[in-house]
Amino acid sequence: MQLSREDLLEAYRRMRLIREFEDAVHEEFAAGNIPGFVHLYAGEEASAVGMCMHLDDRDRIASTHRGHGHCIAKGCDPRAMMLEIFGKREGLCAGKGGSMHIADLEKGMMGANGIVGGGPPLICGAALAAKTLGTGGVAVAFVGDGGSNQGTTLESYNLAKVWNLPAIFVIEDNGYAESTASSWSVGGSQTGRAAGFGMPGVEVDGFDFFAVWEAAREAVERAREGGGPSLLHVRLGRYYGHFEGDACTYRAPDEVERLKAEKDPLMLFRRRVGEAGLLEPTDLDAIDREAREQIARAVSDAKAAGYPTEADLLTDVYASY
Amino acid sequence: MPKKSFRQAVNEALRQEMERDPTVVVMGEDVAGGMGAPGEQDAWGGPLGVTKGLMPQFGRERVLDTPISESAFIGAAVGAAATGLRPVAELMFVDFMGVCFDQIFNQAAKFRYMFGGKATTPVVIRTMYGAGFRAASQHSQCLYNIFTHIPGLKVAIPSNAYEAKGLLIQAIRDDDPVMFFEHKAMYDEEAEVPDEPYAIPFGEANLVREGEDVTIVALGRMVNVARDAADRLEGEGISCTVVDLRTTSPLDRETVLETAAETGRVVVVDEAHPRCSVATDIAALIAQEAFESLEAPVRMVTAPHAPVPFSPALEDLYIPSADRIAEAVREVHGHGRR
Repeated sequence: MQLSREDLLEAYRRMRLIREFEDAVHEEFAAGNIPGFVHLYAGEEASAVGMCMHLDDRDRIASTHRGHGHCIAKGCDPRAMMLEIFGKREGLCAGKGGSMHIADLEKGMMGANGIVGGGPPLICGAALAAKTLGTGGVAVAFVGDGGSNQGTTLESYNLAKVWNLPAIFVIEDNGYAESTASSWSVGGSQTGRAAGFGMPGVEVDGFDFFAVWEAAREAVERAREGGGPSLLHVRLGRYYGHFEGDACTYRAPDEVERLKAEKDPLMLFRRRVGEAGLLEPTDLDAIDREAREQIARAVSDAKAAGYPTEADLLTDVYASY
Repeated sequence: MPKKSFRQAVNEALRQEMERDPTVVVMGEDVAGGMGAPGEQDAWGGPLGVTKGLMPQFGRERVLDTPISESAFIGAAVGAAATGLRPVAELMFVDFMGVCFDQIFNQAAKFRYMFGGKATTPVVIRTMYGAGFRAASQHSQCLYNIFTHIPGLKVAIPSNAYEAKGLLIQAIRDDDPVMFFEHKAMYDEEAEVPDEPYAIPFGEANLVREGEDVTIVALGRMVNVARDAADRLEGEGISCTVVDLRTTSPLDRETVLETAAETGRVVVVDEAHPRCSVATDIAALIAQEAFESLEAPVRMVTAPHAPVPFSPALEDLYIPSADRIAEAVREVHGHGRR
């Protein structure tokens, strides 16, 4: 299986949309226009897109606090997402979820999650449903390096293995759980943990879209063919703080600048497709321009949109009550 | 009408719903039993035999034994419910919720609201509760009040075999997450239970008996203890209404308030601890909404604010008894009378 020209354009488009989205949220949050907590995915785009390029609407993903990138990679509407993050009534979740609970079940996006390690058990369930109903779908839990230390995650490895579920665990290791280094907080190794539960686990360069895409392809094929769960340990870096407002004093002074200069996944993608003669710079420039305009429109729409009203406060607590 | 035990009633509800709807699956620790073992399959059928016979009929694909990993499999039941199945998960003892509560109250309960009404999570979590089994502090609690506190969850607490079948069928057909409480000391108690499937709607309390002097509001196993007390008091010339709440969420406020107003004297009976409980909730409701019709203070008969003890000598003192209920009824009955 190879990436077609259309696939490459689509992958770059999704990564650029994520970057533009997160940069815009960063600015709007700093300006005081966004309430609550936001956790940005900029710098990690290759992971979400490298995996989700293999998925379609029958496949489910569960995300983390840092969920905007997973949403966009899985096909959620960035405009509806922006409205949601602004707390507006026409947002993706009617303004009731916000950044940490953004979800679109029709797209197979089962939610960002405010609970670290909340997603893996849910993904076992989604994988069980896919298996029981025979949809051919797979289910992917994105988990941070912090979430990798939760018991829920380790229990889920075991359940996915003993039930032979079409489940994939993507450990996105950006080096920090909040301010605590993963080099300190993770005992053993992520791939060693996978081996301990009897499932294949590989370490992946998360700055390189093509590396993630290739590792994800193997894991998704294995899951679809009934071969059971897999783990990807994706090493990557985040450009912003754990949350917006984090001064990041725990990081090395030049760390982020070096990441941006040397490891930026969008830059690496452009270089790779350029050197291989797969896409022209003008193709990519056009995508950059469209993404910038699309996100700018989303922000202005979000600012103009209305808030929910008191009539919305008590709706959708139950299906019936 | 045939008599069936509480255990048979729950089993029959599960079987009939699994026959009706192929998306209903059962999962939990040893719900079949013997998975991967060299001996008998369906060896247990649940720790107290409630799910016995389901696996042979429906297969391992729909009756799933799990590792002892409540976080993972309760979460999996929730995730599967959000993606097309109707799982009935068994959380063996409600006391174990401490290791999986997040998946119930942060995930299942909140999906619909957080996701703007677009999620439906039809999961049922069956669990055993209650004292009287000499099972000590970590296998005897009630804890339904904790789930009742959480918006997004429904909580059903059947008081006999008939109620168990009807309420469980409703729980499985319901589109919201339902916590279903089975008192472990009631599994062998029999009642008349129709063979055909039937659903008892949630939020409709049952008037177990109607009287004129005192209203007793109870739930779960305490309904039967309250009825025993009421039978005894009848001989003393005190006639009692006994209300079985059936579900604490949704709560049938109307029946509670109407029956409280009719007698003006209320005793609330709850096997749980007395603080922040269903009993205090009912007492507060009556105090707020039926104050003008009260002839006496609302009395609560509950377990004490202490863990459930092991020794039979202590546990028998711990559980609310018909004697204590009768005493409370006599007290409110006499209040203000000359």
